[in-house]
Amino acid sequence: MSLLDYFRTSKVGSASVAKERLQILVAHERSSRNQPSYLPQLQKELLEVIQKYINVGQDAISVSFEQDENQETLELNIVLPEINTKNT
Amino acid sequence: MGLAKKGHKTAVIDFDVGLRNLDLIMGCERRVVYDFVNVINGEATLNQALIRDKNCNLLYILPASQTRDKDALSQEGVGKVLDELKKDFKYIVCDSPAGIEKGAHLAMYFADDAFVVTNPEVSSVRDSDRMLGILASKSRRAVDNEEPIKEYLLLTRYSPERVKLGEMLSVDDVQDILSLHLLGVIPESKSVLNASNSGTPVILDEKSDAGQAYADIVARYLGENRPHRFIDDKKGFFRNLFGSK
Repeated sequence: MSLLDYFRTSKVGSASVAKERLQILVAHERSSRNQPSYLPQLQKELLEVIQKYINVGQDAISVSFEQDENQETLELNIVLPEINTKNT
Repeated sequence: MGLAKKGHKTAVIDFDVGLRNLDLIMGCERRVVYDFVNVINGEATLNQALIRDKNCNLLYILPASQTRDKDALSQEGVGKVLDELKKDFKYIVCDSPAGIEKGAHLAMYFADDAFVVTNPEVSSVRDSDRMLGILASKSRRAVDNEEPIKEYLLLTRYSPERVKLGEMLSVDDVQDILSLHLLGVIPESKSVLNASNSGTPVILDEKSDAGQAYADIVARYLGENRPHRFIDDKKGFFRNLFGSK
């Protein structure tokens, strides 16, 4: 550590990167911590049913679970593929 | 060791079945005859298995089994041993293995207080947060809907110099992420390896910074008010200014 370092304070160390990565990760993991354990299975089975009728991709469906003080919400979101050609 | 030195009768249980090491750190590896699993299975009494520490006669060590695996522990068995220890000991320290397997689960299940020991390093901090989630949902107090476990943070291998250079997560960074009550910071120190090499806990090395930091932590846990040390760069202003390396 020398006098010069005082003029180089703008240098960003790796610690700030670590903190940012951790904050995002931990927030994400905490939000999924309270979810019921059946959620991934539910998502998988729903996708299978939908794929029987509609040609959708693996990531076309998202299931999220939210908990308020007095109610639990299960949100199901399905993105249908764009219709760019006429059905034959 | 710190609690026993303060005059409290203390037992330490090694929960890392299969990877026993507490005996080695405490320097009593050659006096292990019976272990935790023997006691649970009724092959030995608690008194036969407990090893009295050579440095402090209020401290007893219950070693883990080295030959079995973690499934040798059962919740009822552990609960029974703890109940028996409670009659005689003021503090029972359950040394948890890393990970979230059965050993770690049983070490924290019956706890009243939990010490989360973390390095200022991404994987360690992430795992700590995961452990906190488990403490809050799977411990006995959580399952029985009792008052939650008191959680404390211990930050080890801390290097104020590297924090200053922006190369290491700071105490504040770790606390921002985990939001835990900070019990103390242990500086990165050569004395820790020296202590484990010789099998004498570093807290007995009263001259070392790490030893003093552990003593502070024990005092704070027991309610004493001690200012935090070893968090700031110990090199003085003038040394910084005149460029020592």
